[in-house]
Amino acid sequence: MRRSSMKIGSMKTAVLILFLAFHAAAQTDWIRTGTGLGVEKVRIAAPDFKASTGDAANAPLIKVFNETLFNDLESSGILDVVSKSFYPLQTPGSPAEIQLDAWGNPPPNAAMVAFGNLGKQGDDLAMQGWLFDVKNPQSPQVLGKQYRETATEDNARLIAHRFANEIIMRLGGGVAGIFESKIVFVSSRTGHKEIWIMDYDGAGQKQLTHLGSISLSPRISPDNSRIAYSTFGKRGIELSMYSLELGRNVSFPHFSGTNISPAWSADGTKIAWSSSMRGDPEIFIADGNGASPKRVTANKGRNLAPAWNPKTGSQIAFVSGRTGLPQLYVMETDGTNVQRMTETGYAVSPSWSPNGQFLTFAWRRNYGPGAPGAQDIYIMDIASKQWVQLTHSGGTNDYPSWSPDGRHIVFESTRGGSTQIWTMLADGSQQKQLTFGGHNQQPNWSFK
Amino acid sequence: MKQRKSTIYSVCALAILLVAGCGKKPAPKVPQAPPPPPPAPTASLSANPMSVQKGQPVQLTWSTTNATDVNIEGVGGVNASGTQSVTPQESTTYRLTARGPGGSQEATARVTVEGPVAAPPPSQQAADTSSDEQWLAGHVQDVFFDYDSADISPEAQRTIQANVQALGQRSTVRVTIEGHCDERGSTEYNLALGESRAAAVRSALTAAGMNASRINTISYGKEKPQCTEASESCWQKNRRGHFTITK
Repeated sequence: MRRSSMKIGSMKTAVLILFLAFHAAAQTDWIRTGTGLGVEKVRIAAPDFKASTGDAANAPLIKVFNETLFNDLESSGILDVVSKSFYPLQTPGSPAEIQLDAWGNPPPNAAMVAFGNLGKQGDDLAMQGWLFDVKNPQSPQVLGKQYRETATEDNARLIAHRFANEIIMRLGGGVAGIFESKIVFVSSRTGHKEIWIMDYDGAGQKQLTHLGSISLSPRISPDNSRIAYSTFGKRGIELSMYSLELGRNVSFPHFSGTNISPAWSADGTKIAWSSSMRGDPEIFIADGNGASPKRVTANKGRNLAPAWNPKTGSQIAFVSGRTGLPQLYVMETDGTNVQRMTETGYAVSPSWSPNGQFLTFAWRRNYGPGAPGAQDIYIMDIASKQWVQLTHSGGTNDYPSWSPDGRHIVFESTRGGSTQIWTMLADGSQQKQLTFGGHNQQPNWSFK
Repeated sequence: MKQRKSTIYSVCALAILLVAGCGKKPAPKVPQAPPPPPPAPTASLSANPMSVQKGQPVQLTWSTTNATDVNIEGVGGVNASGTQSVTPQESTTYRLTARGPGGSQEATARVTVEGPVAAPPPSQQAADTSSDEQWLAGHVQDVFFDYDSADISPEAQRTIQANVQALGQRSTVRVTIEGHCDERGSTEYNLALGESRAAAVRSALTAAGMNASRINTISYGKEKPQCTEASESCWQKNRRGHFTITK
């Protein structure tokens, strides 16, 4: 008996060593999110857009536009944006002004140039922008766009995002850019945990709920019209529904007990969540308006944090404490074919990649009283169960949520002392803090 | 005569706990040589349920051996073994006395009656004027849990028993059990864990005789820690089922 368990033990060690060796070597190789991350990046220059009019109010609008566009391109994950210090002194504001050689040769050595002009015309802000392929002098224009919106800084940002989305659509293999997507999250900066919303880059942070209670786990619907979340009521934790169109809560059925961790199906017709309405916390699925709830899991121990496979809509990843510490599982939406994904530690908060291939989740691999080590963000290839650790900067990292293009992940981290929201590329690079005031947590990236 | 004898025996029966051999005192009255000492009686008494709303019946079940005279205080003389339904108007300790040639034996069963107390003695009312909140804080203890656990430990079970006893004294009080967790781990998982802890306290309370209709539960996960340092002693304080008055 002892011998056989030793045998198993040493086999396990051997397998682990093999895996670690393979893992270390393969860590940067196998991670192919199928989104263009990791392939050679297109080198692009984006000189500041020029003023098209002499309006005195131009300067702040143009500044916001240029900063936003440059940041969008840098954040995309598929472009190598040439530093502005390498640019020629003469920058173009229109096709007539561009000298392709000056951009295509060193020092900029760019393959693409995005350029244009904008300015205030009456009450409007008008913008013209182009994307030129420097290496194709016969027919350099890849893209030419015009935008006109009321002249506000928010609209200057919006126009920059739209133009950047067009560029990404052309250069990123046909995957739409994420620059108009939103992130909903929980902030305590007013003294209460309320639901907030912001742009993908942290701009435009806006409070939505004013309940003065504790509101948690906001999840935005696929059409960006509603936010499902949990809020503390007098008799338990209820699911609530906030309408972004009406700017207020809309009615949603009351379920008794603790109702947490809502999740939308990708078609927006269903909501899965965890409820103790019939005893142990179990996963339920109801229509998007809360009608006809059905229990999907049924076992002793806590089941929660469902995440739909957005590609197929037929699978749900979730967290279960059925064997002790919480682990990750995957099942069919009818509760069959339950498959355990993690074997050790403390694994929570799954989010499914848009292409259906990966899970991202928070994991403390060596969890237990007195055990060292941080809780970090990981991604796992579902078919092979191979994983890669994406955060290494300490603190407790949790609630990863995938961007609509599959190239980015937003998450919460305590690495700076307080809980704040960060983004990174899905390979762990370009980690960037988005929130700063109060505590901000549980980010959820919109479907589009 | 019989009544008087019975009284003497009762006194002896009560004294038997303190003075061994009391029951033997009548023996010298017997003129013949003493027979071998008769076996001492045994007795057991139970009530089901142990806690009821006022007006609800309770089933008393008892059994005795080696007894010739079995009496339940408030019920009267009964058979050696049996069951009987009673409807106590207030919390009552039923006392069974089994007497036989070998001595006597007592057994008791406590029934807690919940609901408005008809007429509490004025002195008692005057003695306890604390608000329900003050009273709860002084008489009912938090139930603590191990790391990542919603199991009721033996120590927690003792706390539960004491709390049920205390809550029997103020039967008008309705409580909400708050399930709390320490700061470690994920927000959502801790909400589920807190839910499990509150539910575990509730089922332990009802198993110990408290009426389920007096108990609500809510989970606070790690949202409302009572201690905010990152230390095990602090974490232990936060892993609890906390009692509040239901409003």
